[in-house]
Amino acid sequence: MVIDSTKMKSLADRLAGDEVKGRSLWADARKRFFKNKAAVGGLLVLLLVLAFAVFGTSIARYSNETLDFSVMGQIAEKGGPSLANGHYFGTDDLGRDLFARTVQGTQISLAVGIVGSAIAVLVGTFYGAFAGYVGGRTDNVMMRLVDILMSIPYMFVLILLLVVFGRSIIMLFMGIGLISWLDMSRIVRGQTLSLKHKEFIEAAEATGVSRLTIIRRHIVPNLLGVVAVYATLLVPLMILTESFISFLGLGVQEPLTSWGALISEGAGTMNYGTLWQLAFPLFFFVITLFAFFFVGDGLRDALDPKDR
Amino acid sequence: MALLDVKDLGVSFTTNDGTVNAVNGVNLTLDRGETLGIVGESGSGKSQLAFAIMGLLAQNGTARGSVKFDGREILNAPAAVLNPIRANHIAMVFQDPMTSLNPYMRVSEQMAEVLVHHKGMSKSDALAESLRMLDAVKIPDAKGRIRLYPHEFSGGMRQRVMIAMSLLCRPDILIADEPTTALDVTVQAQIMQLLVELQREFGMATILITHDLGVIAGFCERVMVLYGGRVMEAAPVHPLFADPTHPYTRGLLRAIPRVDHEGGELDSIPGSPPNMTRAQQGCPFAPRCDYAGDDCVQALAPLTEFAPGRWRACNRSLEELA
Amino acid sequence: MTGAPLLSVRDLHVAFSLRREGDWPWTAPRKLHAVNGVSFDLAEGEVLGIVGESGCGKSTLARALIQMVPATGQAIWQGKTDLLSLSRREMLKYRADIQMVFQDPLASLNPRMTVGEIIAEPLRTHHPELGGDEVKLRVKELMDRVGLLPNQINRYPHEFSGGQCQRIGIARALVVGPKLVICDEPVSALDVSIQAQVINLLMELQRDLGLTLIFIAHDLSVVKHISNRVMVLYLGRMMEMAPGRDLYAAPQHPYTQALLSAVPIPDPVRERAKVVIPLSGDLPSPLAPPSGCVFRTRCARAKAICAETAPQPAAGDHLVACHFPGPAVA
Repeated sequence: MVIDSTKMKSLADRLAGDEVKGRSLWADARKRFFKNKAAVGGLLVLLLVLAFAVFGTSIARYSNETLDFSVMGQIAEKGGPSLANGHYFGTDDLGRDLFARTVQGTQISLAVGIVGSAIAVLVGTFYGAFAGYVGGRTDNVMMRLVDILMSIPYMFVLILLLVVFGRSIIMLFMGIGLISWLDMSRIVRGQTLSLKHKEFIEAAEATGVSRLTIIRRHIVPNLLGVVAVYATLLVPLMILTESFISFLGLGVQEPLTSWGALISEGAGTMNYGTLWQLAFPLFFFVITLFAFFFVGDGLRDALDPKDR
Repeated sequence: MALLDVKDLGVSFTTNDGTVNAVNGVNLTLDRGETLGIVGESGSGKSQLAFAIMGLLAQNGTARGSVKFDGREILNAPAAVLNPIRANHIAMVFQDPMTSLNPYMRVSEQMAEVLVHHKGMSKSDALAESLRMLDAVKIPDAKGRIRLYPHEFSGGMRQRVMIAMSLLCRPDILIADEPTTALDVTVQAQIMQLLVELQREFGMATILITHDLGVIAGFCERVMVLYGGRVMEAAPVHPLFADPTHPYTRGLLRAIPRVDHEGGELDSIPGSPPNMTRAQQGCPFAPRCDYAGDDCVQALAPLTEFAPGRWRACNRSLEELA
Repeated sequence: MTGAPLLSVRDLHVAFSLRREGDWPWTAPRKLHAVNGVSFDLAEGEVLGIVGESGCGKSTLARALIQMVPATGQAIWQGKTDLLSLSRREMLKYRADIQMVFQDPLASLNPRMTVGEIIAEPLRTHHPELGGDEVKLRVKELMDRVGLLPNQINRYPHEFSGGQCQRIGIARALVVGPKLVICDEPVSALDVSIQAQVINLLMELQRDLGLTLIFIAHDLSVVKHISNRVMVLYLGRMMEMAPGRDLYAAPQHPYTQALLSAVPIPDPVRERAKVVIPLSGDLPSPLAPPSGCVFRTRCARAKAICAETAPQPAAGDHLVACHFPGPAVA
């Protein structure tokens, strides 16, 4: 074949040509997500709640521990929400500033939710992906372990842990983290099983890519959609769990507080005309949960458009 | 009057990526007992055309134009009008029979139910008729197998069951959408043979939708070639294969690997099928056509009858293509 | 063509253990013989077509050669190494020599990776010493070679059409310079006009790079265009193997004849005139294949001996596993 110089030159040009930017599935999903008004609204609410948790302390006129003696004893009359005396959300039963306490409770509740769900994402994803991809006996053993852990009544264990080792935030994180990844690992394993027989996995195996690399490069990125959706739905679940425990009086220790503890206190005094003590923490609790569910729904629709 | 008269049929879908015009301005007529083949590649709109006629478009699809069955308008007609027609006059066979058979019901019950429901037969009459129909589609030992569940049949047998079911109400029109695509060649040959025989026996008009020109060649009297949602060429089967008049039909016929030809390099059509999400103007085949000029990009020639029964939509005259 | 064949397969068996729902853990699993005693030689630069209907074991056969399914028998590579006896680690270095092209163009590409990353993966696996720029250049050259625009290197699979995706798959298979490429139904999922492009590309690459191909398909006409030799499989056994011209012009095995007669011809005159040799009954279950010749239950020529012994093909160019070979009698 005679080498055609113009052809060679054009080849060089083609190789050097400007690379076109690709449009990844993530970019597509992002576009779809931002078209979804409810999801964007939810995200906005979450950002506001987050801002409240982060910057609330500097806005608050009182610390969450200070007792305001001027209102003490007359909470129902003088402790109501007021811009004049600086108790924006009123005070609690002991005369502590409810605004500062809500900010602090928001911090704890969000932290519990996010940490719990982060543990679930990290542990659950790799555990499930490994079990599902390797399969066979390994899978059997790993999943039976999950079954056993799941069959233990976790609320009971959690309460026992908190009673035996004392109530502390660390203990709470550990307890919640211990149970949160179980469901995630099951979901991830199921997804991995269906991914495993896709031809691109086979192609990687045929080329000789090592197992761990296949999990890291091919399986996990294709799972992230499901994981992201489930993680956003897991956060409110964790918050609910923590609230329930706090409601029982086993959660974080005074003077620290959380949404659940605040709601519990508020509910206890609602008959004395101090309804704001229930209303403010409950409001944050509810909008955050709703926002997470909207965002989760939006993510699911955005990441898996075929499911509609 | 034609049995089925489709005028200027258009189908579009609203998707996240914009509007997809799957079918544009398709006209077709079908007389009693006639066999029409609709051939096209994926994305040509051939299946959506059939779904639109049957009123089975997906939620996000809309159909425009007119579809008259026996003089009655059935496009976008209410279910009260459409259901009796779908039950008694137009039947459809799909590529995958499992999508239209209920896996949890015995074949006997599913078939009898159709007759009991639509024809008001008694259960025992309906079962006897179902058995007769299974015999007609040549299922060996039909008596013993009618009580089985769909998954207990092989792929080919399942398609036979599907065909038997679609013929139960003696439809005037049978629309077969890729009925043999999922099957092996030897089974495909049997099913096509069966369709030929049934068509002769029952005399229903048949629309065969497929991507396989070989299947069309063996079965149809008339052929319509679709590309990018438009009709490129329509003609009786013999002239279409012997003397194709559209560059796309010619390219397609040359690109098919054939067992009765010598091996070696194939004449491929360069380029890729059109992206249906983009708004179309001009001939959808123009970007891949050797004969295309500026006028082809601007506007598509209307489908014109240049000889009795032979239609083509091309800006180039026959002399220019020679 | 000198010396030992590139690949010499002897008496290859693949059996899967199947457990039925509800079996006790200690009940012996049933054996499914997907491939049963297949032997062939593959010369360097040859194209071997393997055809058969679904369930005949053609894909399993190909996967067995690169240890993707467990197999017994021998597969001697270049007269020296038995690929089937190698450990996972030892097999790794042969994987660069044997690459594969898959059926579903889109499903065989990871949707989260760019085209560049996909094509580069075998290179990164087998030549980790190469630098990023070098890899990129090699990928771009190959993209150009298979008819893709090199500046599309950062795009994702879903932005390409089916035919282009298959070109990406071919580029991935060629990037490490393999000797043997196994194509598992590479064009069955493609439209006719695109199918021709991909067949032509494969033929051109095979010729220019001196590749050896195993081309698996259910479509006899596609195989005819690309193969030097064709093997017909039925229920995991070889029925007939011959140079393409002989097999298509004068098939000797009744199954091959039935298969060929069933292929539709895009010509109404010939299609309506041809005689289809009918196959009676259904495909037998591979769990309980017929004794003797597996094809006998559907064969018009079957006699008593067919149920007793499995026919062994005589040596030669044109192998026929049949007790009564001969041209079709219409």
